This record gives sequence, structure tokens and C-alpha cells, in this order.
Amino acid sequence: MNQRPVADLSGLPTFGHGPRSPTWWGTLGFMALEGTGFALAAGAYLYLAMSWPNWRLSAPEPNHWPGTIVTLLLIASLVPNHILNRYAERCAIVPVRIGMVVMSLFGLAPLVVRWFEFPALNIYWDTNAYGSMLWVLLGLHTTHLITDVGDTIVLTVLMFTRHGYSGRRFGDVGDNVFYWDFVVLTWIPIYLLIYWVPRLG
Amino acid sequence: MSSADLTSERDLPQRETATEGDVAPEHDGPRDTGMDDASLHRWLARAWRTPPGIIGALSSVDHKVIARRYLITAFIFLCLGGLNAVAMRIQLSGPQRGLIGPDLYNQLFTMHGVTMMFLFAVPIVQATGIYLVPLMVGTRNIAFPRLNAFGYWVYLSGGVFAWVSFLLNMAPDVGWFAYVPLSGPEFSPGKRADVWAQMITYTEVSSLAVAVATIVTVFKQRAPGMSLDKIPLYVWALLVTSFVVVFAMPAVMITSTFLILDRLVGTHIFNPAEGGDALLFQHLFWFFGHPEVYIIFLPATGMVSSIIPAFARRPAFGHLGLVLSLIAVGFLSFGLWVHHMFATGLPKLGASFFTASSMLIAIPNGLQIFCWLATLWDGRPVIRTPLLFVFGFFFIFVIGGLTGVMLASVPLDLQVHDTYFVVAHFHYVLIGGSVFPLLGAAYFWFPKITGRMMSERLGRWHFWLAFIGFNVAFFPMHLVGLWGMPRRVYTYPAELGWGNINLLISAGAVLFFLSFVLFTFNLLHGVLKGVPAGDNPWDAGTLEWATSSPPPSYNFTRIPIVTNVEPLWAERDALPVATGLRVDVRELLISTVAEAHPDIREKSATPSIWPLLAAIAVGGTFLYSIFTPWAVVWGAVPIAVTLVGWFWPKGDPEDEE
Ligand code: HEM
Ligand SMILES: [Cu+2]
Repeated sequence: MNQRPVADLSGLPTFGHGPRSPTWWGTLGFMALEGTGFALAAGAYLYLAMSWPNWRLSAPEPNHWPGTIVTLLLIASLVPNHILNRYAERCAIVPVRIGMVVMSLFGLAPLVVRWFEFPALNIYWDTNAYGSMLWVLLGLHTTHLITDVGDTIVLTVLMFTRHGYSGRRFGDVGDNVFYWDFVVLTWIPIYLLIYWVPRLG
Repeated sequence: MSSADLTSERDLPQRETATEGDVAPEHDGPRDTGMDDASLHRWLARAWRTPPGIIGALSSVDHKVIARRYLITAFIFLCLGGLNAVAMRIQLSGPQRGLIGPDLYNQLFTMHGVTMMFLFAVPIVQATGIYLVPLMVGTRNIAFPRLNAFGYWVYLSGGVFAWVSFLLNMAPDVGWFAYVPLSGPEFSPGKRADVWAQMITYTEVSSLAVAVATIVTVFKQRAPGMSLDKIPLYVWALLVTSFVVVFAMPAVMITSTFLILDRLVGTHIFNPAEGGDALLFQHLFWFFGHPEVYIIFLPATGMVSSIIPAFARRPAFGHLGLVLSLIAVGFLSFGLWVHHMFATGLPKLGASFFTASSMLIAIPNGLQIFCWLATLWDGRPVIRTPLLFVFGFFFIFVIGGLTGVMLASVPLDLQVHDTYFVVAHFHYVLIGGSVFPLLGAAYFWFPKITGRMMSERLGRWHFWLAFIGFNVAFFPMHLVGLWGMPRRVYTYPAELGWGNINLLISAGAVLFFLSFVLFTFNLLHGVLKGVPAGDNPWDAGTLEWATSSPPPSYNFTRIPIVTNVEPLWAERDALPVATGLRVDVRELLISTVAEAHPDIREKSATPSIWPLLAAIAVGGTFLYSIFTPWAVVWGAVPIAVTLVGWFWPKGDPEDEE
């Protein structure tokens, strides 16, 4: 087909942050589907809780402290996370490197505490359905956490190589920040569901 | 094999060394501005080609190459699922035939169901989208091309896994929806139900990956000027479908994961004896399962909306109405799942709500049909094979819809639940609503994909054989269902008098199967001997017809600019295009979500073997996990390694900007 040029794209930039970049939308898509998974797992928990009048099925209360410490750590991590984001938008390599190291540590810390969280549930997954659901919910979020921490660490290493200093990488850092927010956000309802909802009943 | 091999034959521009500073470095290379067509083709072909050799082929990230593989694979699964069906129909063609015993029969109908739903119907509509959506929105590749390639490999391994299990007499035998307690640890010892659970996981991972890639392609890669009101209806249909996938498929992954946990590590989620609940399985499954029907059906409506305007010779009547119905159907599809559970004794009020919503969805569907008829009425229809299949779709789907409305009323459903009436109903909906439009689409887009036409004469024979065969096979099922024949039985006694009608059904099934043999012949004949098609054999209006047939690896020499829903009809003399993109690397245009204003010159990923390796790691983990839960721990290592390999930059200019 014949063509007639009517527009010139040569002046456009080669990368953009946030909703301008396709990766941001891809990340949002994955959040949507993972969020749906979490919501359905939580829904399954509530469905079972409402089907059984004696829910918690005479299991002991979980010890909430490890979970509470994880919660506090996650909330605290949001501060450096957003400082990191600002540097990434400005493409400032040195502060971004420092920020990535900090965020890797902030990712590992809750994972360490998480190790103690499973026994603190005070029930096994195969004791009864209540125990199964607690382990499933905590397991889901732990998988989530491990994947994102792994991703953060790899990206941190990458930022220290010669590939780090490029617009695309700064965009990746921004998306990593965005995803971490989501990891923190999904934890809050799960935390409430595991440790506080059973206490209501 | 290193990535240097993949790029060695390219003229890589000298990379500027990055200097420290607060602005990321800019690289540059030759642009297409003012370049003559021959050199432009040479540059772009070099930047976008799939590398030669086996490793090159396995590394391909070209959406057309991946889509072609997807289409062929899904078609093979259709044939395999069809063979299952023929085997069942031979067994049922007379009373008390001894060809197939109950155990094999259970595997046959389960394999038929899962193959058709998870390995054929969903993948083939997504594959069609992978091929067409980037072309229709005027871009050079799908978003996240490596994710897309990964999706294909995971799908392939899931399908092979299921069918190898079948050959090993290990195929699932619990029906395509594998209800507990039948599929639970107590009543299904052995590995068969685990195979069901994990093949679901494979195929859903791949559908989800493709859905995300499709959504982002439509949101961010549309040609300049293609604002929301100028997006082709087919693309809208795939967009809505992809959203339905994103919100529905996690439900079935949760279901299959819970099931495998119950079976493998002793959780009690579905076990009422320990505080679990068996109906929870049904809720979770159908929260996915009903939208699944629309995941299959919505893209088919998109195909119909492309075919009708091309042959009616006018733009679709009520474009906005069609878009709004698509969106409405997408939303409503999530409010219907309980109508699959009327026979479980739900509270009356709940059941009435779901009856009402099941009837409500007929409104947007009816509106779509009205708009199509109006388009044909007002146009000057040219009757060719694709349009014949659309007529077949109207006829069959309307019958399926009518029986659907009947089934939505609880008293009737309770009578015919689990009989052949239901089998007839869902084949009218699935085959009428999806297979007929797909066959029409095959005739319609075959010239674009291969550059050649399929035979029109064989096409007409094919249509009539399929239409008659289908109705002979499935219409009598309504009757035999009303007479009380249950589904999923491997035989029936002669005294019931169902012999003759079943023989007729089986004859119809064989005819219908033969129509696919004819179709295959027509496909092969077209590929080898078809008349050359040219760019736009139907004189259609959307962008995929603006490029050559088959399209070059880079799709368009220059990014088109869109001024109308049917851009090629609006710009008959010369297509307005944009210039200024680099030609030495894979560069494409990112635009804004609503208005499609040009925004960024983005690099598209280069070929890579890593998606295949990652899929092998993921597939191996799923396979291993039906034997031990530790698979998840050990499998994490190769998965992590392959993902790092995938994302680690190799120094291509595409990685750096
Ligand atoms: C050659 C064409 C086909 C024939 C002759 C055929 C025949 C059958 C028969 C006889 C059954 C019932 C088995 C029983 O309950 O004992 C069945 C079940 C089923 N079919 Fe088909 N079918 C065909 C194509 C398709 C297609 C294209 C789809 C989907 C897109 C499909 C989806 C299903 C499903 C989901 C079931 C239910 C399986 C179960 O009960 O678990 N079929 N088919
Ligand atoms: Cu339904």
C-alpha cells in the first residue's frame, strides 16, 4: 500500500517512568491476577469460617507476635522504598544503588521472621481445615515475598554492573518499588485474617 | 549458545560508553526518515528476523511465529479431542457394546473435556489474538514477546504431559471439572486426579501470561490516532477476554492447588470431616468455569464482528453498542457461576438471583446479534465461506442460547441435570459459539497468514458437511436427554430403546469429524497450491490488511496512523504513516492509553532461548510435584536460574535504553 508520511516520532524519548511504560502496566496486570488469587483464598477462608459455627475448630490461638513484627517491618520498608523511587525517576545511579541494597535487606528481614511465624500459628496444616487455611494463606504470601526479594536482589546486583546505568534499568527499579508496595499491601488483610479474625470468634 | 551468536550478524552500532552523571545515556542509530523502501526493508528485516537454525527457531519471539505454533498445536489437540469423542460415540452407537470398558470410558470423556476446554478452545482463541492483535493495532510485536514465547512452551508441555499420561493409562478420569470428593484423596487414589490438577496449572499459567501481554499491547502499543473509539471490534473482544482471563483463571489455579494440597500433603480444605467443605470446590471452580465459556465465546464474537463488515461492505452497525455489550458480557459473566450448582440444594433466594442474572446476560448478547443483522441488512452482503460459517454460528448459537435460558430455570435444570440434554446444550453453545466462528475466521485470515487463498468450493462443501454433521450429531441428544439418558455412561441396556437414536448421533459425529478431515485437506491444499492472495483479498478495512501477506517479521515498514475505525477504507490512496524510528534495532512505538498519542520509542525484546529453558524448569517442577511436595523447593533453583538468564541483559542495544 502507498504511504504518505505525516508525523515524525524522532524526537520521542526512549524510556518513561510509571504508567508511561508498558512494564508498569504489565506489573499492574500481574498484581491484578495475584490479587485475585489472594482474594479468592481469603474468600475460601471466610467461607469455611462461616460454614462452621465452632470455627477455629477448638484449635489454640496463634501467637501474633512474629506476624506483628513482620507487619511493622513491612510498613517501615515503605519509607526507603519511596525514597528509592524518587532517585530512580531522577536516574541518579549512586543513591539508587544504595537504595537497592537497603531494600534487599528490608526484604530479607521479614523473611527471617517469617521462619518463626509458621510455628507460631500453633497448628499444623494437616490438623484440620482451619490449620490448612492458615498455612495456605501464609504460604501464598511467603511465596510472593520470596519471589520479590529474589527479584530485588538480582536487580541490585545488576545495578552494580555496567548494565545498571541505563534508562531501562531505572524503569525496572521503579517497577520493583511499585511491586514491593503491593507485597506490603496484600499482607495487611492476610495478617488480620490469620491473627485477628479468629480472635473475634 | 550465547546471545552473542544471535546478534553477531547484525551491524551493532558502536555503543557509547556510559559516563557517570545524573542523566541516563542516549544511544542512537539510523532512522527510517526519508529512507527508500528497499533499504528500509533490508534494515528492518535484519533487526527483526528470527535467527536461523534450530536454536534460532526455539528462541523466536516473533508474535506471528509463536502464534502459528500455537494455532497448529491447538488444532492437533482439537483432532485428538475429536478422536476421543469418536471413540466414545462408537462405543455408544448401540446398546451394550463391549468396545470400551467403564474405566477407559471415564478417561475418554475426561480427556475429551479437558483437551477441548484447556488445550484447544482457550489456547486457539488466544493464539488467534497473538497473531492478529499486534497487526490490527499497527505495531511490530506483541508486548513482552519473551513472556509470550514462554506461555507457548508452558502450554505445550502441559498438553504433552496430559496426553502422555493418557498413553500411560494415567489420564484423569474424574470429569473435566473433577469434583471432590470423587477427585479427593479418599476416592481417587493413584495419580490420575493429580494429572488433572497439574495440567490445569500449566495451561492457566500460559493463558495468564498471554492475557497480560495482550492487555498491554492494546493499551500501550496502538498506532497513533487509534483512540478508544477507533479500536477494531476484534481487538476490543480480545481485550475484554484478557481481562476476564486475569480475573477468572486464578480461581481455577487456586482450586487445583487446593486439590493437590489435599491429595498430597494432607490438608483438609475440601474435607467436611475435618472442617473443610466439598461445595467450596464447586464455588471456586465455577467462579472460573462460567467466565471460561465467555473466554471462548467473546473472541469468537470479535471474529464475527470482523468478518461481517468485510462481506457486508460497510462498517459494523452500532459500533459503540457492540463494544458496550462486550464489556457488559465480560462483567456479567462473573455473576452466573451458581447456575452450575442448582442441583446442590442452595438456598432458594440465591438460586433465583442466579436465574435472573443468567437471563440478564441474554440482553447484551441479543444486542450484538441485532447489530450484526443490521449490518448485513444495510450492507450488500457477498456470500463467501467465512460468512457461511457466520450464518452457521447464528443458527446454532441461538438454539444453544434458547436451551441455556431453559436450563437457567431451576425446576427444569433439576430434571435434566447430568443428562444428554446438557451435553447437547453446551455443544451447541461451544461449537456454535466458538468453533463455527473460528472456522469462518480460518478462511478469512488464512490468506493473511500464508499469502494464499483456501479453496472456496471445498470451503462450501466443508461448511455444509460440518453444519449437517453437527446438527445430526447433537440435536437428537436433546431428545435422548429428555428421555432420561444420563451423561458419562459407557453403555445402556437395549430395553430402554435408545439404540437407534444413538446410532444416528454417532453417524452425525462421524460426519462432523469428516468435515474436519476435509478442512485439513483444504488447509494443506491452500498452503501448497492456493491462489496467491495479495495484501487485501477481501478488501477489508482494518490494519492487518495494510501489510503484505504473510506480513514481514517487522509487520509494517512504517507505523500507520489511524483516522477511522476502518482505516483502509478511509484512506484508499495512501496510508498516512509516521517516521522517525530507528531501523538498526527493534524499536516500536508506545502510545498513551486513551488517545493513543505517540509517547515513547521503546525497544522490543530480542530472541532468546531462555523462555524455553524457563518453561522446561517450570514444567519439570509441576510434573515432579505430583510425586512429592519437595518438588517446589528443588524446582525453585532451576526456575530462578532460568529467570535470571532471561532477564539479565546480554549487551544488545535493545537491553540498554
Ligand atoms: C467432534 C466433535 C465432538 C463430539 C462428537 C463430541 C461429543 C461429546 C460427547 C458424546 C460427550 C459426552 C460424553 C459423556 O458424557 O459420556 C462430550 C462431552 C464433552 N464435550 Fe464434546 N464433542 C465434540 C466436540 C467438543 C468441543 C469442540 C468441545 C469444546 C470446545 C467439547 C467439550 C466437551 C465437554 C467440556 C464435555 C464434558 C466432558 C465431561 O463430561 O467431563 N466437545 N462430547
Ligand atoms: Cu455457566
